Amino acid sequence: MAPSRLRKVPEGVSLTSKEVAWIRRKLGREPNPVEWGMFDIMYSEHCSYKSSRPVLKILPSKGPKVIVGPGYDSGIVDLGDGYVVAFKVESHNHPSAIEPYNGAATGIGGIVRDILCVGARPVALLDSLRFGSLQSPHSRWLFRYVVKGIADYGNCIGVPTVAGEVEFDQSFEKNCLVNVACVGIARKEDIILAEFKNPGDIIVLIGGSTGRDGIHGVTFASKTLSEESEADRPAVQIGDPFMKKLLIEAVLEALKTGFVSGVKDLGGGGLTCATSEMSAKGGVGVEINLDRVHVREEGMNAYELMLSESQERMLFAVKPEGLKTVLEVLEKYEIPYSVLGKVVEGGLLKADFKGETVINVPAELVARAPIIRRKAKKPLESQDKLKTLKPSQPENLRKTFLELLSSQNISSREWVYRQYDHEVGVRTVVKPGDGDATVLRLIDVPKAVAVTFDANSRHSALDPFSGHAGALAEAARNLVCVGAEPLAYTDCCNFGNPEKPEVFWQFKRGIEGLASMSKGLKIPCVGGNVSFYNEDEETGLAVKPTTTIVMVGLIEKLDYITTMSLKEAGDALIIVGTTLPEMGGSEYYHEILKFNGGEPPKASVRREKATIKTVLKAIRKGLVKAAHDCSKGGLAAALAVMAVKGKHGLNVNLERIPSLKVGRLDELLFSESYARVLLEVPKRKVEKVLKIASKSGASASQIGEVTDREAFTLKLKGKPVIDCSLSELEEAWLTPIPKALEGSPA
Amino acid sequence: MVRIAVIRFPGSNCDLDVVHVLKNVLGVEASLVWHKEFKALGYDGVVLPGGFSYGDYLRSGAIAARSPALEHVKVMADNGLPVLGICNGFQILVEAGILPGALLPNENLKFICKWVCIRCDNGWTAFTWGIPEGKVLHIPIAHKEGRYFNDEAELERLSRKRMIVFRYTDWKGEAVPEANPNGSVRNIAGICNEKGNILGLMPHPERASEELLSPNRNADGLLLFKSMAEYVKR
Repeated sequence: MAPSRLRKVPEGVSLTSKEVAWIRRKLGREPNPVEWGMFDIMYSEHCSYKSSRPVLKILPSKGPKVIVGPGYDSGIVDLGDGYVVAFKVESHNHPSAIEPYNGAATGIGGIVRDILCVGARPVALLDSLRFGSLQSPHSRWLFRYVVKGIADYGNCIGVPTVAGEVEFDQSFEKNCLVNVACVGIARKEDIILAEFKNPGDIIVLIGGSTGRDGIHGVTFASKTLSEESEADRPAVQIGDPFMKKLLIEAVLEALKTGFVSGVKDLGGGGLTCATSEMSAKGGVGVEINLDRVHVREEGMNAYELMLSESQERMLFAVKPEGLKTVLEVLEKYEIPYSVLGKVVEGGLLKADFKGETVINVPAELVARAPIIRRKAKKPLESQDKLKTLKPSQPENLRKTFLELLSSQNISSREWVYRQYDHEVGVRTVVKPGDGDATVLRLIDVPKAVAVTFDANSRHSALDPFSGHAGALAEAARNLVCVGAEPLAYTDCCNFGNPEKPEVFWQFKRGIEGLASMSKGLKIPCVGGNVSFYNEDEETGLAVKPTTTIVMVGLIEKLDYITTMSLKEAGDALIIVGTTLPEMGGSEYYHEILKFNGGEPPKASVRREKATIKTVLKAIRKGLVKAAHDCSKGGLAAALAVMAVKGKHGLNVNLERIPSLKVGRLDELLFSESYARVLLEVPKRKVEKVLKIASKSGASASQIGEVTDREAFTLKLKGKPVIDCSLSELEEAWLTPIPKALEGSPA
Repeated sequence: MVRIAVIRFPGSNCDLDVVHVLKNVLGVEASLVWHKEFKALGYDGVVLPGGFSYGDYLRSGAIAARSPALEHVKVMADNGLPVLGICNGFQILVEAGILPGALLPNENLKFICKWVCIRCDNGWTAFTWGIPEGKVLHIPIAHKEGRYFNDEAELERLSRKRMIVFRYTDWKGEAVPEANPNGSVRNIAGICNEKGNILGLMPHPERASEELLSPNRNADGLLLFKSMAEYVKR
């Protein structure tokens, strides 16, 4: 073929000229339209990770407890006693921005299937949400319906939604971020992988019928949203949680028969993705007949059948001798299915339709798109932002403090988690809002896992390296605060257009930061997800770089479980870690002083290690009654939440707080320096805790005490700086979100 | 040994939780039974667990109420055996006409998952005879359609025949409006039949049956299952 013809991109295909040339050369012929469609979706950023793969490689993914690392449907980590935990995160940003209810709901549906695919029972859901300002009616609409979508779907399938976070920032106004994660528990011997292994195995498509919905959903997710995106609404899938619930029980029962040798969910890329990836992973081929697919619409062609992203479907490879048994399970639950074909030797993906062979390509060529090395360039503006002069301190710190406590990113998230069934499954020991992480016990052994979902986009916007490292460290701190030892994490990267060198630089620096903290704390990465093109086509503005972290920890003894509420008057308050004047990207600068510059917190492996070690050791020795890390809103906000949750007052002497270079009270109170944790400790155990801290290399100091009065008092050398009643704190912290949403019909 | 059946309808999702509590916490024999296979014979009691049977399509509980399993549930009920409907199970019993009234969407039109207080107003049912009347139980709710409704005449009858078993209250046991999470008429959280061997309630006793899971480290919900098992033994 002539080079010019070789590089000519066929109409309707969104591949680059290099990619089409590569496909033609490898295949040695012109792909037919169905095959072009398959390459098109599999080479999309969403399915192929073609831009991100070379960068993500630097994340450490090995550890003594890692059973399955990146590259499979979910990461799997050993819990001991024959149990494993599987978890996975995914973004559903683009569909949620267009159709928040179904976009978010099908995000939950997809992530649940990923856990089911490895043979684990889904036991928890988590959600990390980002919207524009709460003042914007559009953002309130998105927020309300995303939460409703998650609630209606998650509640119905009986998997509790137990943890998450919500952040509001202007940069998410047009491009909201909806990251969802699922956690599953399995016996080690029940783990199964998404591979076709044995030629001769029968391929069965199970679950919902195939329709024209969601065609090209992944290509839609691999471009920026624009005015025309509204027209892409048919690319958003529609969820059916009832079918999903049947699917969960039927799949788990079918796997128990021992006759299923491979499972994969049909999510992005539909049948194309499932058949090509499972064949490529197992090094085998597959032959299917598309006439057999059970459909919900008449007259679908091969292209539509291969590319549909209809929900609630899964693909099984079944040993021939067990086919009858497996089909009986499906029939019991009234799950529709179709026997599509079989696994064959070789590596070809072959499909027949209406008596003709419509697909005949190497599975490997479809499943493994060549990587693209993107340019990374440091943006100029990020330098200047840091150098701007500091804004001055407000006169009335008490008033400022109450405003901060009621700001959109600090106030209570109860409005969200009240709508989620977070109790079903009888595992939830530490409930949402009660601890820094949620704790789920295992039913059969006296152990528990802790889960948390964290990110900090404002810190990352000012310094992607430190912001990402800090987010990882915060996740670890949150786990430690409930008494868990961090085991592993998975990350979900949300960025703008990677073809822009400045955006790619943010991504690269962010992952480098993540890798450095990950190595330092020895917490491996077991999987992840990347969502690019989160930017507004009109303005060219990208979302703030946001990598959300789902981290799982192990609680070896149930006695270690700790919450954040203050427990008893007379106990001492201790802070572990040093406060620095690191105000950049803080909620205080952003919401109160309306200032976008300043130095963001610097992540330090040494300081994080020291703090984590101190807190974990103190908790395990039974010295700690409450623990809470300092994050958004700093020390002052953290103290307030502990007081409100525990309905106890407190007295704190600010001069006792270990700090470095802090020259102003507002900095001491509201800095978001990392590696800090507040502890409630009985008075007679204070010395022990301080000793542990000094041995671990952490600064720590007794800063005050818990009282049984109504007063929340922060003093400097005896003089009150902030003096509020608990009911004032409650009003400020608990009411803003319900007021914003219920007070306004949107 | 006491044998309790827990019926699984398509979409039930608290079935395994109830089985866990009966088996591992209480130590009675509990069988998870697929609704189409459920027969009255051979069980001392039956639980209709919570969840979203048939995806709540049509109305909560409306389709499951037409399952042949409900005929067997009626046989057991007529024989005086204990029948417990929790959350969606309560909705099914109401839809099947086994318990009176209706369960409407919550007043705020949202799903609510929350620990609440309920007061036991009748200690003579198969599920409460181990609970002192007036005792306040701490227990979670998780539903979108749990607002109990009935007309005044019926409510008078329920009251007179002591069929109102649980009411939402504050910590002191006062059935004040602020303690009513979903707008139920007369703060009703659970009702029984005249004989007291059929109970339906919206809160989830199986989620409050172990100290570890309760924010106040009690296990109030277990009292219902204990009473049920003891009632069978008598």
